Amino acid sequence: MLNAPRLSIRHGRLIDPAGGHDAVADIHLAEGRVLAIGAAPSGFQPDRTLDARGQVVCPGFVDLCARVREPGLEQKATIASEGRAAAASGVTTLCCPPDTRPVIDNPAVARLIHQISKRHGLTRVLPIGAMTVGLEGKSITEMAALKLAGCPALGQADRPIRDTQVQRRALEYAATFGLTLFLLPLDPELSAGGCAHEGVVSTRLGLPGIPEAAETVAVARDLALAEQTGARIHFRGLSTARGVEMLAEARARGVRASGDVALHQLFLTEHDLEHFDANCHLVPPLRTPADRDALRAALADGVLTAVCSDHQPHDPDAKLGPFPETAPGLSGLETVLPLALRLVEEGVLDLMGMIERLTVGPAAILERDLGRLAPGTAADLCVFDPEALWTPSPATWISQGHNTPFMGHELRGRVSWTLLGGRIVFER
Amino acid sequence: MTTPNPQLDAQGRLKHFLTIDGLSRELLTEILDQSEGFLGVSRQAVKKVPLCRGKVVANLFFETSTRTRTTFELAAKRLSADVLNLNISTSATAKGETLLDTLRNLEAMHVDMFVVRHASSGTAHFMAAHAAPHVSIVNAGDGRHAHPTQAMLDMLTIRRHKPDFSRLRVAIVGDILHSRVARSQMIALRTLGVPDVRVIAPRTLLPTRVEEAFGVTAYHDLSEGVRDADVVIMLRIQRERMNSALLPSEHEYFQLFGLTEERLSTARPDAIVMHPGPINRGVEMDSQVADGRRSVILEQVTNGIAVRMAVMSMCLGNQHLGNSQSQEEATHA
Repeated sequence: MLNAPRLSIRHGRLIDPAGGHDAVADIHLAEGRVLAIGAAPSGFQPDRTLDARGQVVCPGFVDLCARVREPGLEQKATIASEGRAAAASGVTTLCCPPDTRPVIDNPAVARLIHQISKRHGLTRVLPIGAMTVGLEGKSITEMAALKLAGCPALGQADRPIRDTQVQRRALEYAATFGLTLFLLPLDPELSAGGCAHEGVVSTRLGLPGIPEAAETVAVARDLALAEQTGARIHFRGLSTARGVEMLAEARARGVRASGDVALHQLFLTEHDLEHFDANCHLVPPLRTPADRDALRAALADGVLTAVCSDHQPHDPDAKLGPFPETAPGLSGLETVLPLALRLVEEGVLDLMGMIERLTVGPAAILERDLGRLAPGTAADLCVFDPEALWTPSPATWISQGHNTPFMGHELRGRVSWTLLGGRIVFER
Repeated sequence: MTTPNPQLDAQGRLKHFLTIDGLSRELLTEILDQSEGFLGVSRQAVKKVPLCRGKVVANLFFETSTRTRTTFELAAKRLSADVLNLNISTSATAKGETLLDTLRNLEAMHVDMFVVRHASSGTAHFMAAHAAPHVSIVNAGDGRHAHPTQAMLDMLTIRRHKPDFSRLRVAIVGDILHSRVARSQMIALRTLGVPDVRVIAPRTLLPTRVEEAFGVTAYHDLSEGVRDADVVIMLRIQRERMNSALLPSEHEYFQLFGLTEERLSTARPDAIVMHPGPINRGVEMDSQVADGRRSVILEQVTNGIAVRMAVMSMCLGNQHLGNSQSQEEATHA
């Protein structure tokens, strides 16, 4: 980033979990990289100085799952629109699942996404390649080529492979190239036709349910296959207490498995469906308060090393219909920071731990040198005011998808500046 | 914070009738009392009252139904309303029109009330949330969720035979999992104060945590479940449940869960037998029971018209009150 300006960010509370740094300190950036922390090198003359007094300065957030909908679903969102939303949310790297149209099952689509995102330059978009051609769960993709085209991991988005033998072969083949598999732990047969957690609320509302066992059966299968094949797997979006318990047991045994949770799963539960709010139609479904508490505990004790937005912007029509007929997913980028800060407010994590799960935690899963601030690293930064109160409204929402149950709810914590490779890509 | 009940107006009166859930015992009793009053209309030479003259009611059925649609139509006509019957499954939505488009188009024709049946749970709530302020929605069955007028006609039928709900033991037998009728019945029975509501079915046809969700007791043995019951409600079994993973065969279902005189003998001697119809004879019950002295199945049909008249007149009447009130408020503002 030779065209990046020389910048100093001064007087902010600098938190870098990777380096264990938490103190008020200045940070100086040049040529798109971190030049120095603390005193400026002699002779350094910044083009601009940002005053971060009272604010937190931390690495830019790394989001393991955010759909940008491009190519193919531009009526819902584009790389440009969601890049703006990401930048406004402090997200400097996001992974987009392969369920674009066409599917990211060949290097050309992966390269196209890289090219478009580089052209806009708002956030780094890493495409997750498909494990099987067309996400159909039948033939494995050219995984080595996808890796060369810049896919840090492979996955099936929300279309898990039904055939366990194909799943096994996909894990084995990926392991050959050291590729991590992002797996949505959801048994396709047990979850078929379901639109809500199978429990008291779905029973009362007559909504076809997705049982807890849909997750635990899938976790059990994939852990067994990871153990058998030696592949490295990552469970994307765990939602049950039993699921995280099984992950913890397997990790303790040395299985190469990790997991994350979508931020909204740490706050919303099945009870939020009671008035058929289509914005709460999600996959995996919102589970019980006990599951939510177990997910929080797993995040606190390090079983889950990342949180993500599971951002799924939709056009308004996708959510206008009877609950089971609406498209699942919520627009989550812009609530990443306030929800994460609420975890701190509610004592689940301290501020350092929270930032860790948004930065170096997900970066480690991607095995990329991201999410940290040390001299020489890419100057991807987020500067935020942890006390700023704001209320999301359609007028101020940046993502093209307005489908969030948090619209109109007062939130605390707002991004002031986001820097990508030393360039300011967002400022309030 | 409690979200306000979407089917009540600011004064707590019925604006829409979407579900029994969240309605008070007083309101349910008012519906039953009003229904009693309408029972007489059907016996008059001129079977009409002018309560809803000038109102337009549209029956919007996205699922085929003859019985329910006919009783709603009759109810509306006896209230002197104009009725439109729209069989949507073969028209607009088949051409790609959304539910909301259909609603908006019909609203533009100045319909005052939509009676809606749809295969998806929550449809009536969705329509109520998007309907114009002067329009009422009555749920005529949405997915597995609710069929509140059916439940209320069952409550009326029960009350006419067993006036004291607080002393009743009611057994509901059959496919509880897929039944919107059973869900509405369970909530209505518990709201009206019935202390002992039982559901009887194999585990494949009982929803998860049904006891906790509805305050009922689950049984898997029919004779045990109907023991000392005052009311036995049989549910319809859809044939497609057979030979799937839910039930092995009609034969085995009838052997274990079909109602016969012999199995009914454990119930109280004056127990009544109900069924929302149409009956699969030899599957849910044998003909001896269906046509027997304890069967009140045809009374249910008759009561259905009165209950629907009560609900429609209450919603449309309150609509009128609500409108004049808001006009008054606007004048004074």
